[in-house]
This record gives sequence, C-alpha cells and structure tokens, in this order.
Amino acid sequence: MTAMQKVVSEIRSFHLFLRILIVLVTAGLFAAIARFAFGLGATTNLNDVYPWGLWISFDVVTSVPLAAGAFVLGAIVHCFNIKKLEPLVRPAIVTGFLGYSLVCLGLLLDLGQPHRGWHVFAYPNLHSPMFEVALCVMSYTTVALLEFLAPVFEKFGFHLPLRFLRTLELPLIVLGAAIATLHQSTIGTFFLIAVDKLHNLWYNPILPLLFWISAVFTGMCIIIIEAVMVHRYLDQPDETDLLATLTRIIPWFLGIYLVLKIFALFYLSERPLFDRPVLTTLFAIEMIAGIIIPFIMFLHKRIRTDGVLQLRAAGLVVMFGLVLNRFNVSMFGMIQENQQIYYPSVIESIVTIGIIAAHILFFAVIARYFPIFEHHSEDANNAIEDGFHSTHEQVVPEKI
Amino acid sequence: MSTERDLSNQRTFLIDLTKCTGCRACQVACKQWNQMEAEKTSFFEGEGYQNPATLSEYTLTTIQFKDYFHEGKNEFSFYKAMCMHCNDPACVSVCPVSAFIKTPEGPVIYDTKRCIGCRFCMIACPFGIPRYQWSKALPLVVKCNGCYSRVKEGLKPACAKACPTAIEYGGRQEMIDEAKRRLAVNPGRYMNRIYGLEEAGGTSVLYLSAVPFDDIGFRNVTRRPLPSRTWAALRFVPTAFITMGGSLAFISWLTHRKEKIRREKEMKEVERASQKGDRS
Repeated sequence: MTAMQKVVSEIRSFHLFLRILIVLVTAGLFAAIARFAFGLGATTNLNDVYPWGLWISFDVVTSVPLAAGAFVLGAIVHCFNIKKLEPLVRPAIVTGFLGYSLVCLGLLLDLGQPHRGWHVFAYPNLHSPMFEVALCVMSYTTVALLEFLAPVFEKFGFHLPLRFLRTLELPLIVLGAAIATLHQSTIGTFFLIAVDKLHNLWYNPILPLLFWISAVFTGMCIIIIEAVMVHRYLDQPDETDLLATLTRIIPWFLGIYLVLKIFALFYLSERPLFDRPVLTTLFAIEMIAGIIIPFIMFLHKRIRTDGVLQLRAAGLVVMFGLVLNRFNVSMFGMIQENQQIYYPSVIESIVTIGIIAAHILFFAVIARYFPIFEHHSEDANNAIEDGFHSTHEQVVPEKI
Repeated sequence: MSTERDLSNQRTFLIDLTKCTGCRACQVACKQWNQMEAEKTSFFEGEGYQNPATLSEYTLTTIQFKDYFHEGKNEFSFYKAMCMHCNDPACVSVCPVSAFIKTPEGPVIYDTKRCIGCRFCMIACPFGIPRYQWSKALPLVVKCNGCYSRVKEGLKPACAKACPTAIEYGGRQEMIDEAKRRLAVNPGRYMNRIYGLEEAGGTSVLYLSAVPFDDIGFRNVTRRPLPSRTWAALRFVPTAFITMGGSLAFISWLTHRKEKIRREKEMKEVERASQKGDRS
C-alpha cells in the first residue's frame, strides 16, 4: 500500500461524523482561499460601518475564552496541587492548543495584510491593547505547543526532549496562566476605546476584569463538557467524581462575576441603561440564562454531582451565556440606533463553521493517535531510558 | 498617556459653516492633490445634495448634507466631513504597529507601509473617519493625512487653499481666538459652541455653526481623551503579570513543599515500622 492509500483507508475507518467534519473543514479552507482571491469586501458583509464582524466576534473574542480551560485547569492541578484532577489536564491542553492555533488562523484571515504580522515586533506600540493581545496570543500558543508536545514525544519515544519538557512543565503552566490572564482581560480593554459606541449596559471600566472572570468559569465549564463528551463518544472512563471538584469552584466565580457586574452597572456605568428594548432583552438573557441560572444550579449538590445535569448546566447554559456576552460586547452592543444591521455572509459563515469543525476533528484525530488520555502524574515515569527511539512504546489507537 | 504638550501652535482648521456655500471645491482639491481614484456615484445617493454618499476608500473629505426638521419647517444644512486630527488621537493609541503618528505640526498621519489591516482604528475613532479598501484583496486603511507633505513645507492643506470662503488655517490658539472673536462679535449668527475645542480632548479641526451641531449630523463625542480610557486598564498589565505569575509560583512552591514533607514523613514512618518489625 502506498502512503496515500494508507491515509485513504484510515480515513474510511473514521466515524461518519468525523468524515462530515472533514468535508466542513475542506469547505472552510476553500472559503478562506476565496477571501484572499476576491478580497474582504467581496467575500464578507463587512463595510465601513461594521469593520469587525463574525470573524472577530466569534473566531477571536469568543474563541479565546472558550479555550481558557487549559490555563485554568493547569493552574488548579499543578499550582494548587489537586492531583486527582490530573487525568483532565492533557485533553484540556490539547483543546487549548487547538483553540489558540485556530484563533491565530482566524485572525490572519481577518487581517488586511497578514504577511505583515511580524510588524507587531518591528513597530511595537505599548499603548495598544491589540499589540498586547497579539503578543500574548503568540506566546501563549507557543507555551501551549510545548505543553502539547509531551504526548507527541511519548508517542514517538523521544525520551530526551520529553525529560526536558517534564522539568519545564510547572514553569510553563505558571507562565501560561500569567499570559492568559493578560490577554483574556485585554480583549475586554479593546472595547474601552469604543466609548459612545458600546452601549452602557456593557461599557464600564472594569470590563477587562469581567472578561477575565468569565473566561475562568467558562474554561472550567468547557472542561466539564469536554470530559462528558469524551466519555460518551470516545469510550473514556466517566470522570463525574473528578468534575464534582470543579463544579464546587465554579459558583464562586459566577457569584463574584454577578456581584461585580451589578456593581459596575449601577456605580460605574453612565446613563441611560435601559433605553433600547432589544439590547435590554439581550442583556437580560445573557445575565439570567448565562449567570444567574447556572449559579443557582451549581449551588445544588445533586446537580453538581450528576453527570447528565453537569453537562446540561455547564454546557448549554454557561457557554451560551458567554457566547452571547461576547457577541453583545463586540457586535450587538456596538450597533447604534437606526443603523443598518450586519449579518455574516455565506463565506464568513463557512469559514467560521470550518474552524469549529476543525477544532472537533483535530481533537478526535489527536485523541486517536496520541496518548492524551493516559494518566501521567507529574513525577511518574521519571525513570525512562535516555536517548532517542530507545524504546517503542506500543500505543493502541483508541477507537473513535 | 496624554503628555502635556504645547498645542497652541499646532496647525488647525477653523471651518465656519455659516460661510460655507457647499461648493465642494475642497472635495475636488483633495482628490487632485492626493491623486485619489474617481468613484462611481449617483445623485441623491446620500442625503440631500450629497455626492458621493459618504467618505470612502476613494474620498477623504466630503460636504455632508443633512435634511432635518426645525421649528416646523424642513431645513437643510451641510458641513465638511474630514479627519479631526485629534490632540490625543484614539487611532494612534490603539494601532498595534504604530502606523498612525500625531505629528508635531498637528496632522495625524498614517503609514501605509506599517499597517497590518486590523481595522482597530476604525472601531476606535470617535468621529468614524478611517475607511478601508474593501475592494482590494490585501486592503489598507484610508484617511485624511492633513496634507502633511504641504504643511511641512509651510503650505496650507489643499482643501483649505481651495476654499473660497469658510476655512481658516493657522495655529490652534490663533484659530480658537478667532472663533471666540466671531462668537463675541456676532452672537446672533452662531450657536455658542466651538465644536472640536474639547471634543475627544480637543481636535485640530474647529467648527462654528448657525444651527445646533447635533441636528446637522455631528456626533456627540466625549470630552475626555479616548486613549486615557484604555490606558486606565492597560497600565495594570505588568502588575497583573507579575502578581499572577508570582502568586501561582509561590502557591506551587508551597503545595509541592507540603507534599514533599508529607512524603518524607510517610517514608520515615514506613522505615520506623520496618525497623520495629526487624526488632521484634
């Protein structure tokens, strides 16, 4: 069999769902090529009134907090030394690494001059939130890549670099968490410049802090969703007991967020607040469905410890609330009265769907070929032999 | 980030809308001097006698018409739309690659060779001035450069040079004094307001008008310089980084030390137990 035939037969063995994802990713790829062939104006519904659309609102502003699981869990497990959550770390790191790589990709598509990305280093502007986020996202993607390389090296039996990575593990986790804190909050700072544009319901000076807190609790919820999905679809053990630890932390962050948000709304925001019925409705949905309901749900022990309800509470509610919040800030809340309404073009939508599909697809493929579900604690396996290729660990690909 | 500079000599436009006839000589002069491509337009595309409809990637300044209702009568009015060349510009502060520069002479200029095309300047600008080359595969931002190449040589900008009636050009303090003089001499003729004196922390374009600015399409803009809003958050970045990194490092050291001590204790107990076992 040639290599090509091997690849084809391998893909044939994939589950139908994964093959559909491959089609979606390919479609996204072609749409991305179309963007460069025909230009931003022709392929998107962006214009001078809406310089930022779906690609910034979803692929950057929303995707970054959705990929926050890695830094949050890394800090909980390694810094606070809650070892029993260890099994969740690797999948979270894979999700984080994929998420950030795709954020970079989405950002490059949206830039007018992507080939000049390096200008950020050549002509830095310390007063620009965008400069700060660009720097952080690039360095965090590198950190996530290094963290992600551990299972790759294990798979191929590169023991020497693996040892090196193990000694770096804790510093990388600390560095990653510090960098993530900066850019998760600075994405909120973006919109502090949009004074008189972003509606008072969302515009307040502590928006960056609110962005960081919501990234933390969403990161934990993403880990829960991921663990439940992996249990259901990738034949991994049920981690409900472990997740119960996480679900005890989440309501704290939800509660702090709620208090700060109310404080900001009534003491830090300018008036008027509730003058636009559509925005008031969006705001109410975001707060009630995304914060208050999950807060009450997570206070109940029965919900915290039940696998099915965890998925429902965390997944459907907190994630929905976060996505709505980020769209409210970066899109809906910026629309002025009597302004034309933006909706994404077909090509914009295909690209974003492709990016979401790519995330799920790559996760499933990595899970199939690399040991990301094997449980490694920090100081286990330190006695492995030195040298490259000295042993070939037999890694049985997990069924998909 | 606002540094205390002497702004009194910054080149500034004083546009007296009561003297503007809407002839659009400024529009034509701007196109010619900046060699902007022609734009296909149709009449009545915008509001009133508006043509072209708005600023665009081909048009850096327009006479902006406005039909409105005043004391039971249909009225129309117009003003010259252009970059306001703020004293503390939002575009300069948000650009990740420093493509915008506030020149010492006054104009805010834009460097096409640096721009990466992120469009943050368009989100940031309180007056909604920067436009984008939507027609291009690798687009750039387009904005009035205040005819910096002319101003540097001591000339007036093209639009100010071409204007037969309404535009004065000179040092900022001089222009403010002139505007105040006109308001004092002819109080019945003007609204008692100089638009641009305090808007967005002050701009290098000042307007006088006979009708309320809000009515004819001027945006109501905050008085506080916009960059101070983001800087209020950004200045905490180094602190946040060090606090977060430091406290996490400290916590990990603490928890790992705790575990090490616990383990050593266990080992000792095991040893002791085995020694006891040996003895008995």
